[in-house]
Amino acid sequence: MKARVHITLKSGVLDPQGKAIAHALGSLGFSGVDDVRQGKFIEIKLAEQDRGKAEAAVKQMCEKLLANTVIENYTVELVG
Amino acid sequence: MKAAVIVFPGSNREHDVADALERASGKKPQFVWHGEGTLPDSDLIVLPGGFSYGDYLRTGAIAAHSPIMREVKARAEQGTPVIGICNGFQILCESGLLPGVLLRNAALKFICRNVDLKVENSDSLFTRRYNPGDVLSVPVAHGDGNYFADAETLDRLEGEGRVAFRYCTAEGAVTAAGNANGSARNIAGIFNAKKNVLGMMPHPENATDPRLGSTSGKPLFDAIAEALS
Repeated sequence: MKARVHITLKSGVLDPQGKAIAHALGSLGFSGVDDVRQGKFIEIKLAEQDRGKAEAAVKQMCEKLLANTVIENYTVELVG
Repeated sequence: MKAAVIVFPGSNREHDVADALERASGKKPQFVWHGEGTLPDSDLIVLPGGFSYGDYLRTGAIAAHSPIMREVKARAEQGTPVIGICNGFQILCESGLLPGVLLRNAALKFICRNVDLKVENSDSLFTRRYNPGDVLSVPVAHGDGNYFADAETLDRLEGEGRVAFRYCTAEGAVTAAGNANGSARNIAGIFNAKKNVLGMMPHPENATDPRLGSTSGKPLFDAIAEALS
């Protein structure tokens, strides 16, 4: 089973990289880009077959290491 | 004074800080590899600057879970003084010993220059040789030094006198113009609740000799040596 973890900055946390990307898109002529937020995508291959246990384990991984919950939110999606 | 300087893969200012401590105290600090499970008997623990684990995931995030950090946390909670400089500050925040987090600099640029710092609180082991309001010139060298915490945490830090240093102008004005990296409320360094843990982004160890362009950081090491001798 695979877990796909998306980590995004909480609203209210300034994302200067997202702003720079939005600016660059504007320079390239892509109009109508209101805002860009950059995040992280982490894919984890798991030995665990039980979906409930896998999800609980990945959430713990997020809380302990993958995300810093002072500034980031995370979502966990199980595939396969 | 028995100081332990923790060395992580990617630390690079461990010798600078060890040298500053030795010149202040006359005693050579001991280097301790991050993989060690135990700390020697120490009355000061230093987390030096650098780029532990290449700043992978988030600055300080992986180092914060090194085997030695369990011991550092336990000693800090027992009251042993701990100072984290630059990457050391980032590690202290990631390990939960200090609140908040260091984000990418607001202007996205790595900053390597002397900045002006205002001493906010001189009532600590580390800052007692300064006076509140003193303006120091200390180098910074970081890409992620933009201090962030929620408003409630910032209010608590200010209310409890836990802001050690703020970025300011050469005249000592704490303004946006004097804010090197976009830090919340110009915060450059903070204490834990007991004030035995100090984290700061600027490098006082690199401002301890006139040949380095500034001696503003020397009173910090003198204060540590005096208190722990």
